[in-house]
Amino acid sequence: MRRILTGLLLALSLLVPGLPAATALVSPGPEERLDDPELEARARHLYRELRCVVCQSQSIDDSNAPLAADMRGVVRERLLAGDSNAQVKDWLQDRYGDYVLMMPPVQANTLALWLMPFLVLFGGGVAMIVFMRTQRSRMDRSDEDDADLAAALSDEEGLS
Amino acid sequence: MRRLLPFLPLALFAVMAIYFGLGLREDPSEIPSQLIDRELPEFDLPPIEGQAEGLSADDLAGQVSLLNVFGSWCPPCAIEHPMLMQISRAGTVPIYGIDWKDPPGAGAAWLERNGNPYARVGSDAEGHVAIDLGITGAPETFVIDRAGRVRYRHVGIIDESVWRETLLPLIRHLQEEGA
Repeated sequence: MRRILTGLLLALSLLVPGLPAATALVSPGPEERLDDPELEARARHLYRELRCVVCQSQSIDDSNAPLAADMRGVVRERLLAGDSNAQVKDWLQDRYGDYVLMMPPVQANTLALWLMPFLVLFGGGVAMIVFMRTQRSRMDRSDEDDADLAAALSDEEGLS
Repeated sequence: MRRLLPFLPLALFAVMAIYFGLGLREDPSEIPSQLIDRELPEFDLPPIEGQAEGLSADDLAGQVSLLNVFGSWCPPCAIEHPMLMQISRAGTVPIYGIDWKDPPGAGAAWLERNGNPYARVGSDAEGHVAIDLGITGAPETFVIDRAGRVRYRHVGIIDESVWRETLLPLIRHLQEEGA
Protein backbone atom coordinates (compact mmCIF):
# COMPACT_ATOMS: atom_id res chain seq x y z
CA MET A 1 0.00 0.00 0.00
CA ARG A 2 2.76 2.35 1.03
CA ARG A 3 4.57 1.48 -2.18
CA ILE A 4 1.55 2.39 -4.26
CA LEU A 5 1.23 5.65 -2.39
CA THR A 6 4.85 6.66 -2.93
CA GLY A 7 4.52 5.66 -6.56
CA LEU A 8 1.47 7.87 -6.92
CA LEU A 9 3.22 10.74 -5.21
CA LEU A 10 6.22 10.36 -7.51
CA ALA A 11 3.96 10.32 -10.56
CA LEU A 12 2.19 13.38 -9.25
CA SER A 13 5.47 15.20 -8.64
CA LEU A 14 6.35 14.54 -12.29
CA LEU A 15 3.05 15.92 -13.48
CA VAL A 16 3.08 19.08 -11.41
CA PRO A 17 5.43 21.56 -13.06
CA GLY A 18 7.63 23.67 -10.87
CA LEU A 19 8.00 20.98 -8.21
CA PRO A 20 11.71 20.60 -7.41
CA ALA A 21 11.58 16.80 -7.83
CA ALA A 22 10.21 17.19 -11.32
CA THR A 23 12.93 19.54 -12.52
CA ALA A 24 15.61 17.30 -11.03
CA LEU A 25 14.33 14.26 -12.91
CA VAL A 26 13.97 15.75 -16.38
CA SER A 27 17.36 15.54 -18.06
CA PRO A 28 17.61 18.35 -20.61
CA GLY A 29 16.33 20.87 -18.09
CA PRO A 30 14.52 24.09 -18.93
CA GLU A 31 17.73 26.07 -18.45
CA GLU A 32 19.16 24.22 -21.45
CA ARG A 33 16.50 25.35 -23.90
CA LEU A 34 17.54 27.31 -26.97
CA ASP A 35 15.62 30.47 -27.80
CA ASP A 36 15.11 29.62 -31.44
CA PRO A 37 12.39 26.91 -31.57
CA GLU A 38 13.71 25.51 -34.83
CA LEU A 39 17.24 25.12 -33.43
CA GLU A 40 15.80 23.66 -30.23
CA ALA A 41 13.90 21.04 -32.25
CA ARG A 42 17.10 20.14 -34.10
CA ALA A 43 19.01 19.97 -30.82
CA ARG A 44 16.41 17.64 -29.29
CA HIS A 45 16.58 15.46 -32.39
CA LEU A 46 20.38 15.27 -32.14
CA TYR A 47 20.32 14.50 -28.39
CA ARG A 48 18.35 11.37 -29.19
CA GLU A 49 20.87 10.26 -31.82
CA LEU A 50 23.95 10.65 -29.65
CA ARG A 51 25.04 8.16 -27.04
CA CYS A 52 26.01 9.10 -23.53
CA VAL A 53 29.57 7.80 -23.19
CA VAL A 54 29.39 7.09 -19.46
CA CYS A 55 26.01 5.33 -19.55
CA GLN A 56 26.11 3.71 -22.94
CA SER A 57 22.60 2.34 -23.24
CA GLN A 58 21.17 5.83 -22.97
CA SER A 59 21.17 8.71 -25.39
CA ILE A 60 22.34 12.07 -24.09
CA ASP A 61 18.65 13.04 -24.20
CA ASP A 62 17.84 10.38 -21.58
CA SER A 63 20.86 10.81 -19.38
CA ASN A 64 21.35 12.88 -16.25
CA ALA A 65 25.10 12.33 -16.23
CA PRO A 66 27.15 15.55 -16.03
CA LEU A 67 29.13 14.52 -19.11
CA ALA A 68 25.87 14.06 -21.05
CA ALA A 69 24.86 17.57 -20.01
CA ASP A 70 28.23 18.85 -21.27
CA MET A 71 27.74 17.03 -24.53
CA ARG A 72 24.29 18.58 -24.93
CA GLY A 73 25.96 21.93 -24.33
CA VAL A 74 28.44 21.21 -27.10
CA VAL A 75 25.61 20.23 -29.47
CA ARG A 76 23.86 23.53 -28.78
CA GLU A 77 27.10 25.44 -29.23
CA ARG A 78 27.78 23.81 -32.59
CA LEU A 79 24.21 24.49 -33.73
CA LEU A 80 24.46 28.12 -32.69
CA ALA A 81 27.73 28.35 -34.60
CA GLY A 82 25.78 27.34 -37.72
CA ASP A 83 26.75 23.67 -38.04
CA SER A 84 24.43 21.26 -39.85
CA ASN A 85 23.15 18.19 -37.99
CA ALA A 86 25.66 16.02 -39.85
CA GLN A 87 28.52 18.36 -38.92
CA VAL A 88 27.59 18.21 -35.25
CA LYS A 89 27.59 14.43 -35.35
CA ASP A 90 30.91 14.37 -37.21
CA TRP A 91 32.39 16.69 -34.61
CA LEU A 92 31.51 14.35 -31.76
CA GLN A 93 32.36 11.24 -33.75
CA ASP A 94 35.81 12.70 -34.34
CA ARG A 95 36.33 12.75 -30.56
CA TYR A 96 34.44 9.72 -29.32
CA GLY A 97 34.35 7.45 -32.38
CA ASP A 98 31.41 5.47 -33.75
CA TYR A 99 30.36 4.67 -30.18
CA VAL A 100 28.86 8.08 -29.77
CA LEU A 101 26.25 7.43 -32.44
CA MET A 102 23.13 5.59 -31.31
CA MET A 103 22.67 4.23 -34.85
CA PRO A 104 25.76 2.41 -36.15
CA PRO A 105 26.87 3.90 -39.50
CA VAL A 106 26.93 1.62 -42.56
CA GLN A 107 30.62 0.99 -43.21
CA ALA A 108 33.03 -1.90 -43.73
CA ASN A 109 33.10 -3.10 -40.11
CA THR A 110 29.34 -2.85 -39.60
CA LEU A 111 28.29 -4.38 -42.92
CA ALA A 112 27.70 -7.81 -41.35
CA LEU A 113 25.53 -6.20 -38.69
CA TRP A 114 23.37 -4.43 -41.26
CA LEU A 115 23.15 -7.25 -43.79
CA MET A 116 22.67 -10.15 -41.37
CA PRO A 117 18.88 -9.81 -40.93
CA PHE A 118 18.35 -9.76 -44.69
CA LEU A 119 20.72 -12.69 -45.21
CA VAL A 120 18.92 -14.70 -42.52
CA LEU A 121 15.54 -13.83 -44.04
CA PHE A 122 16.75 -14.80 -47.51
CA GLY A 123 18.40 -18.02 -46.32
CA GLY A 124 15.33 -18.98 -44.32
CA GLY A 125 13.07 -18.25 -47.29
CA VAL A 126 15.20 -20.38 -49.64
CA ALA A 127 15.27 -23.21 -47.08
CA MET A 128 11.49 -23.04 -46.74
CA ILE A 129 10.89 -23.11 -50.50
CA VAL A 130 13.26 -26.06 -50.93
CA PHE A 131 11.54 -27.90 -48.07
CA MET A 132 8.07 -27.27 -49.51
CA ARG A 133 9.18 -28.39 -52.99
CA THR A 134 10.57 -31.68 -51.72
CA GLN A 135 7.43 -32.30 -49.67
CA ARG A 136 5.24 -31.66 -52.68
CA SER A 137 7.25 -33.87 -55.04
CA ARG A 138 7.18 -36.60 -52.42
CA MET A 139 3.43 -36.21 -52.22
CA ASP A 140 3.13 -36.26 -56.03
CA ARG A 141 5.20 -39.40 -56.08
CA SER A 142 2.96 -41.08 -53.53
CA ASP A 143 -0.02 -40.02 -55.65
CA GLU A 144 1.60 -41.72 -58.63
CA ASP A 145 2.26 -44.76 -56.49
CA ASP A 146 -1.41 -44.84 -55.58
CA ALA A 147 -2.40 -44.61 -59.24
CA ASP A 148 0.00 -47.40 -60.17
CA LEU A 149 -1.39 -49.52 -57.37
CA ALA A 150 -4.97 -48.88 -58.47
CA ALA A 151 -4.08 -49.74 -62.06
CA ALA A 152 -2.37 -52.91 -60.97
CA LEU A 153 -5.36 -53.81 -58.84
CA SER A 154 -7.82 -53.21 -61.68
CA ASP A 155 -5.56 -55.24 -63.96
CA GLU A 156 -5.70 -58.03 -61.47
CA GLU A 157 -9.45 -57.67 -61.30
CA GLY A 158 -9.59 -57.83 -65.07
CA LEU A 159 -7.65 -61.07 -64.97
CA SER A 160 -9.97 -62.75 -62.61
CA MET B 1 25.56 -35.43 -45.16
CA ARG B 2 21.80 -35.59 -44.79
CA ARG B 3 22.17 -37.21 -41.40
CA LEU B 4 24.27 -34.30 -40.15
CA LEU B 5 21.71 -31.70 -41.22
CA PRO B 6 19.61 -31.85 -38.03
CA PHE B 7 22.72 -30.85 -36.08
CA LEU B 8 23.14 -27.62 -38.03
CA PRO B 9 21.08 -25.50 -35.58
CA LEU B 10 23.12 -26.88 -32.69
CA ALA B 11 26.36 -26.03 -34.50
CA LEU B 12 25.07 -22.53 -35.23
CA PHE B 13 24.11 -22.12 -31.59
CA ALA B 14 27.57 -23.25 -30.48
CA VAL B 15 29.28 -20.75 -32.78
CA MET B 16 27.08 -17.90 -31.56
CA ALA B 17 27.45 -18.91 -27.91
CA ILE B 18 31.25 -18.82 -28.20
CA TYR B 19 31.19 -15.51 -30.06
CA PHE B 20 28.85 -13.79 -27.62
CA GLY B 21 30.59 -15.44 -24.66
CA LEU B 22 33.85 -13.83 -25.76
CA GLY B 23 31.99 -10.55 -26.25
CA LEU B 24 30.86 -10.64 -22.63
CA ARG B 25 34.45 -10.63 -21.47
CA GLU B 26 35.10 -7.28 -23.09
CA ASP B 27 34.50 -4.20 -20.99
CA PRO B 28 31.93 -2.12 -22.87
CA SER B 29 32.64 0.95 -20.74
CA GLU B 30 36.07 1.26 -22.32
CA ILE B 31 35.58 3.21 -25.51
CA PRO B 32 38.72 3.16 -27.65
CA SER B 33 40.40 6.55 -27.83
CA GLN B 34 40.25 8.36 -31.15
CA LEU B 35 43.44 10.21 -30.31
CA ILE B 36 45.90 7.34 -30.50
CA ASP B 37 48.80 8.35 -32.78
CA ARG B 38 47.15 11.68 -33.38
CA GLU B 39 48.37 15.04 -32.23
CA LEU B 40 47.00 16.28 -28.94
CA PRO B 41 44.19 18.76 -29.65
CA GLU B 42 45.04 22.41 -29.06
CA PHE B 43 43.97 23.75 -25.69
CA ASP B 44 44.90 26.60 -23.39
CA LEU B 45 43.53 26.27 -19.89
CA PRO B 46 43.61 28.85 -17.09
CA PRO B 47 45.45 28.01 -13.86
CA ILE B 48 43.72 26.63 -10.80
CA GLU B 49 43.40 28.96 -7.84
CA GLY B 50 46.66 30.02 -6.23
CA GLN B 51 48.85 29.11 -9.19
CA ALA B 52 50.33 31.48 -11.72
CA GLU B 53 50.49 29.23 -14.77
CA GLY B 54 47.77 27.28 -16.51
CA LEU B 55 48.25 24.51 -19.00
CA SER B 56 48.33 24.58 -22.77
CA ALA B 57 49.03 21.83 -25.28
CA ASP B 58 52.33 23.55 -26.13
CA ASP B 59 53.62 23.00 -22.59
CA LEU B 60 53.87 19.31 -23.33
CA ALA B 61 56.00 19.66 -26.45
CA GLY B 62 59.51 18.29 -26.74
CA GLN B 63 59.33 15.62 -24.05
CA VAL B 64 57.58 12.41 -23.15
CA SER B 65 54.91 13.21 -20.60
CA LEU B 66 51.76 12.05 -18.88
CA LEU B 67 48.53 14.02 -19.09
CA ASN B 68 46.21 13.12 -16.25
CA VAL B 69 42.57 14.15 -15.97
CA PHE B 70 41.33 14.39 -12.38
CA GLY B 71 38.79 16.12 -10.19
CA SER B 72 38.47 16.72 -6.47
CA TRP B 73 34.96 15.23 -6.73
CA CYS B 74 36.28 11.94 -8.06
CA PRO B 75 36.87 9.17 -5.49
CA PRO B 76 39.01 6.94 -7.77
CA CYS B 77 41.31 9.94 -8.34
CA ALA B 78 42.00 10.02 -4.60
CA ILE B 79 42.94 6.34 -4.77
CA GLU B 80 45.22 6.97 -7.74
CA HIS B 81 46.83 10.05 -6.20
CA PRO B 82 49.58 8.38 -4.08
CA MET B 83 50.80 6.52 -7.18
CA LEU B 84 51.06 9.82 -9.10
CA MET B 85 52.99 11.31 -6.15
CA GLN B 86 55.37 8.37 -6.30
CA ILE B 87 55.88 8.73 -10.08
CA SER B 88 56.45 12.45 -9.66
CA ARG B 89 59.02 11.92 -6.89
CA ALA B 90 60.88 9.34 -8.98
CA GLY B 91 61.17 11.99 -11.71
CA THR B 92 60.89 9.49 -14.56
CA VAL B 93 58.35 11.55 -16.45
CA PRO B 94 56.61 14.89 -15.86
CA ILE B 95 52.89 14.68 -15.13
CA TYR B 96 50.55 17.39 -16.34
CA GLY B 97 47.10 17.70 -14.83
CA ILE B 98 43.69 18.75 -16.07
CA ASP B 99 41.37 19.61 -13.22
CA TRP B 100 38.06 18.54 -14.71
CA LYS B 101 34.80 20.25 -13.79
CA ASP B 102 35.85 21.42 -10.39
CA PRO B 103 34.27 24.49 -8.80
CA PRO B 104 36.76 27.37 -8.28
CA GLY B 105 39.27 26.55 -5.59
CA ALA B 106 38.22 22.92 -5.08
CA GLY B 107 41.04 21.46 -7.16
CA ALA B 108 43.62 23.71 -5.53
CA ALA B 109 42.42 22.79 -2.04
CA TRP B 110 42.47 19.11 -2.94
CA LEU B 111 46.09 19.33 -4.16
CA GLU B 112 47.01 21.34 -1.09
CA ARG B 113 45.68 18.55 1.10
CA ASN B 114 47.00 15.54 -0.83
CA GLY B 115 50.17 16.93 -2.40
CA ASN B 116 50.73 18.12 -5.94
CA PRO B 117 52.35 15.66 -8.35
CA TYR B 118 51.77 17.86 -11.38
CA ALA B 119 54.33 19.96 -13.22
CA ARG B 120 51.43 22.16 -14.31
CA VAL B 121 47.70 22.08 -13.85
CA GLY B 122 44.99 23.60 -16.02
CA SER B 123 41.43 24.11 -14.91
CA ASP B 124 38.76 22.76 -17.24
CA ALA B 125 35.75 23.97 -15.31
CA GLU B 126 33.35 23.79 -18.26
CA GLY B 127 34.58 20.41 -19.43
CA HIS B 128 35.25 21.54 -22.99
CA VAL B 129 38.78 20.29 -23.24
CA ALA B 130 37.69 16.99 -21.71
CA ILE B 131 35.26 16.50 -24.59
CA ASP B 132 37.97 17.47 -27.08
CA LEU B 133 40.11 14.73 -25.54
CA GLY B 134 37.26 12.22 -25.68
CA ILE B 135 37.24 11.76 -21.91
CA THR B 136 34.59 9.37 -20.61
CA GLY B 137 35.42 9.61 -16.91
CA ALA B 138 38.10 10.45 -14.40
CA PRO B 139 40.82 9.48 -13.88
CA GLU B 140 42.11 9.08 -17.40
CA THR B 141 45.74 9.37 -18.41
CA PHE B 142 47.39 9.93 -21.77
CA VAL B 143 50.98 9.16 -22.66
CA ILE B 144 52.28 11.90 -24.96
CA ASP B 145 55.45 11.54 -27.02
CA ARG B 146 58.06 14.16 -27.87
CA ALA B 147 56.25 15.17 -31.04
CA GLY B 148 53.15 15.94 -29.03
CA ARG B 149 51.24 12.91 -30.24
CA VAL B 150 49.06 10.76 -28.01
CA ARG B 151 50.53 7.27 -27.88
CA TYR B 152 48.43 5.58 -25.21
CA ARG B 153 45.44 6.20 -23.04
CA HIS B 154 44.75 4.54 -19.72
CA VAL B 155 41.17 4.63 -18.44
CA GLY B 156 40.83 4.43 -14.68
CA ILE B 157 43.27 4.24 -11.81
CA ILE B 158 46.99 3.89 -12.42
CA ASP B 159 48.08 1.37 -9.83
CA GLU B 160 51.47 -0.19 -9.18
CA SER B 161 51.00 -2.96 -11.76
CA VAL B 162 49.64 -0.67 -14.52
CA TRP B 163 52.61 1.58 -13.97
CA ARG B 164 55.22 -1.14 -13.83
CA GLU B 165 53.87 -3.38 -16.58
CA THR B 166 52.35 -0.97 -19.08
CA LEU B 167 53.19 2.70 -18.64
CA LEU B 168 56.80 2.59 -17.51
CA PRO B 169 58.02 0.28 -20.33
CA LEU B 170 56.16 2.42 -22.88
CA ILE B 171 57.60 5.65 -21.46
CA ARG B 172 61.13 4.19 -21.47
CA HIS B 173 60.64 3.11 -25.07
CA LEU B 174 59.36 6.55 -26.12
CA GLN B 175 62.17 8.32 -24.31
CA GLU B 176 64.75 6.23 -26.16
CA GLU B 177 62.91 6.63 -29.44
CA GLY B 178 63.46 10.36 -29.70
CA ALA B 179 66.83 10.60 -27.94
